[in-house]
Amino acid sequence: MSDELIFRFDVDGDDFTSAGQASVQIKKNLRQLGIPSEIIRRVSIAMYEGEINMVIHAKGGEAIVKVTEDYIEIILEDKGPGIKNVEQAMQEGFSTAPDGIRSLGFGAGMGLPNMKRYTDSMDISTVVGEGTTITMRVNLC
Amino acid sequence: MTVASLLDYGFKSIVMPDPNRKIDGVYIGDLLSWVMSSAQCDNVWLTIMSNINVIAVASLVDVSCVILTEGVDLDADVLEQADLKGINVLTTDKTSYESAKVLAELGL
Repeated sequence: MSDELIFRFDVDGDDFTSAGQASVQIKKNLRQLGIPSEIIRRVSIAMYEGEINMVIHAKGGEAIVKVTEDYIEIILEDKGPGIKNVEQAMQEGFSTAPDGIRSLGFGAGMGLPNMKRYTDSMDISTVVGEGTTITMRVNLC
Repeated sequence: MTVASLLDYGFKSIVMPDPNRKIDGVYIGDLLSWVMSSAQCDNVWLTIMSNINVIAVASLVDVSCVILTEGVDLDADVLEQADLKGINVLTTDKTSYESAKVLAELGL
């Protein structure tokens, strides 16, 4: 695998029920590439949490996954409201999700912490009122 | 132990596309991020949640099956997704705790 492979997905902000399609698709793609299953699990869970965040808070966005020889990079980009206090958002249990989301099993305030837990690096670039870009990497070696 | 063998212990199949899937361990939880944080590959996942997101999480975590407790059932569209994604889903009238006791007695 000498070339960089890029997968691009639109995350539909209106449809909660289809959230996760990109992550499930990525799981299949990585499996076809022969990526170890523990790496696939980490990438797809981190990406799923990001997708759900984009649907809950930002009316969708774009997800890009780059696969190189050394790492898998996930870039999640949205034009949502931005994150006012990143440090607070990173705390386990802190959530600004609306109550209705909890009946679906989300809104536990574990999304961003899980994304950090399952990746080797995570960078959050956010501007209130403009949007958020999260870049995560999972190392392959 | 396989998912299909759970049918001998009072659990009922809703959809079972992969009956020979091996079981290793159990996780109980309804908040999906907690499940993604703590459940392990091949676990039996006990939950009362039955919406479409449960199928996505079961697939990503790669659990061996989902057991819907307290008589919870699946909607037809969710059932179809489970079948498509190869996710085994069972149901029981027992609570998650009572179900876990049965699974513990089986050595899980």
